[in-house]
Amino acid sequence: MTVTQQAWVDAGALIDIPVRGARVVKTAQGCVAVFRTAENEAFALEDRCPHKGGPLSQGIVHGASVTCPLHNWVISLKTGEAQGADAGAVKTVPVRIENGRLLLDFTTLTARDAA
Amino acid sequence: MREKLVVIGNGMAPGRALDRLFESAPGTYDVTIFNAEPRVNYDRIMLSPLLSGEKTFEQIVIHGDGWYVKHGVTLYKGHRITAIDRVGKTVTSSGGVTAAYDKLIIATGSVPIVIPVPGSTLAGVLTYRDLDDVQAMLLAAKSRGRAVVIGGGLLGLEAAAGLSDQGMDVTVLHLMPTLMERQLDTTAGHLLQRAVEARGIKVITKANTEAILGDTKVEGVVLKDGTELPASLVVMAVGIRPNSALAKDAGLTVKRGIVVDPTMRTSDPDIFALGECAEAYGECYGLVAPLYEMANVVAAQLAGDAAATFTPSATATKLKVTGINLFSAGDFAEGKDREEIVLRDASRGIYKRLILNDNTLAGAVFYGDTADSAWFFDLLKRGVDIAEMRETLIFGPSFAGGPSLDPMAAVAALPDDAEICGCNGVCKGRIVGAITGQKLKTLDEVRAHTKASASCGSCTGLVEQLMKATLGEGYNPAAVQPMCACTSLGHDDVRRLIIAKELKTIPDLMQGLEWKTSCGCAKCRPALNYYLLATWPGEYQDDSQSRFINERVHANIQKDGTYSVVPRMWGGMTSANELRAIADVVDKFKIPAVKVTGGQRVDMLGVKKEDLPAVWADLNKAGMVSGHAYAKGLRTVKTCVGTDWCRFGTQDSTGLGIKIEKFMWGSWTPAKVKMAVSGCPRNCSEATCKDVGVICVDSGYDIHFAGAAGLDIKGTEVLGHVDSEPEAIEVIAALVQLYREQGRYLERIYKWAKRVGLDTIRKQIMDDVERRRALYDRFVFSQKFAQSDPWSERVNGRDAHEFAALADFSIKEAAE
Repeated sequence: MTVTQQAWVDAGALIDIPVRGARVVKTAQGCVAVFRTAENEAFALEDRCPHKGGPLSQGIVHGASVTCPLHNWVISLKTGEAQGADAGAVKTVPVRIENGRLLLDFTTLTARDAA
Repeated sequence: MREKLVVIGNGMAPGRALDRLFESAPGTYDVTIFNAEPRVNYDRIMLSPLLSGEKTFEQIVIHGDGWYVKHGVTLYKGHRITAIDRVGKTVTSSGGVTAAYDKLIIATGSVPIVIPVPGSTLAGVLTYRDLDDVQAMLLAAKSRGRAVVIGGGLLGLEAAAGLSDQGMDVTVLHLMPTLMERQLDTTAGHLLQRAVEARGIKVITKANTEAILGDTKVEGVVLKDGTELPASLVVMAVGIRPNSALAKDAGLTVKRGIVVDPTMRTSDPDIFALGECAEAYGECYGLVAPLYEMANVVAAQLAGDAAATFTPSATATKLKVTGINLFSAGDFAEGKDREEIVLRDASRGIYKRLILNDNTLAGAVFYGDTADSAWFFDLLKRGVDIAEMRETLIFGPSFAGGPSLDPMAAVAALPDDAEICGCNGVCKGRIVGAITGQKLKTLDEVRAHTKASASCGSCTGLVEQLMKATLGEGYNPAAVQPMCACTSLGHDDVRRLIIAKELKTIPDLMQGLEWKTSCGCAKCRPALNYYLLATWPGEYQDDSQSRFINERVHANIQKDGTYSVVPRMWGGMTSANELRAIADVVDKFKIPAVKVTGGQRVDMLGVKKEDLPAVWADLNKAGMVSGHAYAKGLRTVKTCVGTDWCRFGTQDSTGLGIKIEKFMWGSWTPAKVKMAVSGCPRNCSEATCKDVGVICVDSGYDIHFAGAAGLDIKGTEVLGHVDSEPEAIEVIAALVQLYREQGRYLERIYKWAKRVGLDTIRKQIMDDVERRRALYDRFVFSQKFAQSDPWSERVNGRDAHEFAALADFSIKEAAE
């Protein structure tokens, strides 16, 4: 068994993301969508809707959810799970806000390759 | 011999600790206090009422001189401790006094943060921390000049209100988009801003201070965006940091604050730290409740109770500004397993939001009515299971304390003289009397007979409950389809109320119309954004985060996340120059597909998002602008070649098409609008399946509308005949304006026309010339704010964040 170490990476400032909006962070494992809610919370998800791979970073953010721009699936920012009648989930990426900076931990993305 | 207790600092926390110690173990210690301030212990929380003039210093003193005498405490006023000798167990003060201790309490509090902008050391720049600051502010306020408060948090707003009460002209600068964002959600933040502004205080949010101006004393503040604000007083209230330098010099463990264990001991077991300077469980605390908790623990430990430990509990915030009622507690972020209950009472200016987590209260935000906040805070702190009273919880203890009541029973229980409709003064008895007496069955009938809910409409729900209680199964309320799950109002009601209540922002609208969610959903937000934009041209600030991605980035998203770009080709005409520019762009950006559209223009597909501004820049250079191929707005005006070339052409259809497109481009509409102009009834531009079509004839122009060639196929209806081009343009603009004012979001013209009736529309546009003219004028006015090429705006840097990644780690990681 291996213990995955958390590795926090500074991806920018919270205020660089519009309120109720998102920005993309590119990683070697693909794009990550980083969201900022009306309550100034940050969440990060793999930028691929579980339905047809739509870029969630381009959706409308409401409450702690985002609506995919391609076919209007609603994805929970907290769990990555599709809401309502739709089923499916996208990987979540841990985020911390420290002194207004966004710290992301991408190890969850690589964990898939090890499995 | 009694043990010696020395206390560094004389604020509220050590004051409370000593009170508790003298109660539980009187006479155990010889106490000496060193206070850097030259005075006794006073209530720092009351500085704001002191500043506003509501209280005097005597009224906020906690321990008068007599208290020190009574308890045998030696108080050194104005003595700052300069060193702690942990080996010899003594402290030395700036006044030259050295005192020995057996136990030491460090309670040095915090220091206000001063933003190190140029000019921050000028005379007239103050912080807001102690009595000296307040006295300096009161002195400055005598000038009745202008003051700038930097920081729109709790302290900043209290300082602003106090200075305003003292007669100063006050502006608050706040870095974040909404005030007190750490304690309030955005809705409450907006309400607060309005209340603050109503007191005559100006508020600038998203304000980034560049420098403070002046030679020897403050003359003004300049923001990063260049705004200059004259001021003779600047108050910085941007935050505090623990005052831990002394402890650090003494070799104690210090992180952000002085690190203490749960017994409040520092890394030296004989030294306690207490108050804002202490860091427990990795956190520093600034509100009074946890600081008093710490004080209790220190007192208990000193009295010999080794089991006493500090556990941080939920904290609550109240703003101490007279006339503004505001309360927040706990954690009010949204999240998994979290549910919210929102109560909005627009007429009384009340907003209440409860956040539930697994049947307990996790957070609460109240604005306007905070009377029950203590009861809610108690539920929150004790983690009470609220499942039983959930239905009525938000109405407070007088309602929720009892057994669960369903809202119908609550309405049934109302007395006959209870007022239901505040606007028209209609009571329950009258409504019930009308329903039974006149055998009313629908809401509209009740409105017609009693006027209840006929004005602002916010009591509609209550009236419907009354109808249900009176008619039982005979009443079917689902007549109006709500816009979405966030409201019970339909689109038409929302549009009517936007005008009636003069709602001009999305937060105002959600408050005024009692939205059930705090920030809407992906269905209602784009609709509301359009309604506000169409209703208040030039006034409403477009909310790009409430727009679908295509309208936000002015291109069409494709299935693979790339975009397509369609420049305008006026009336379908183009030129070698434009085609060459398109060809160059396709080569330069390796655009994979180029297609001719059905609307007579060229579509470049597969453009990467980050390339969009550069693509647009090149197209702009060749004179091309956005074709709005993505917009709920005017798309294309398709034409045939008309009298220019065609042997059958009766009028200049190409020229008219271009005129219409140049006049109407950029206008936002409920859904997309496609038009066409044909030069003769052979109709080569297929005008009779468009939203608006013109068929040119020898005698003039037949105007058609309400066609469709998409999900539905439908030939147009004739709107009327006009003789000249200017008349044709006036009729078309008036028609589109009527649609802009009446259409429901995403409702195409043919559906709108079917709903309101073709004849109704013909009468208003063709027969009532005055009305047509008024509609036309309103369209012209709104175009003043709409006709700016969104592409060139973005080429020039607008919304740059949309087109760049926040960060790029792909290369760095790949190299590992």
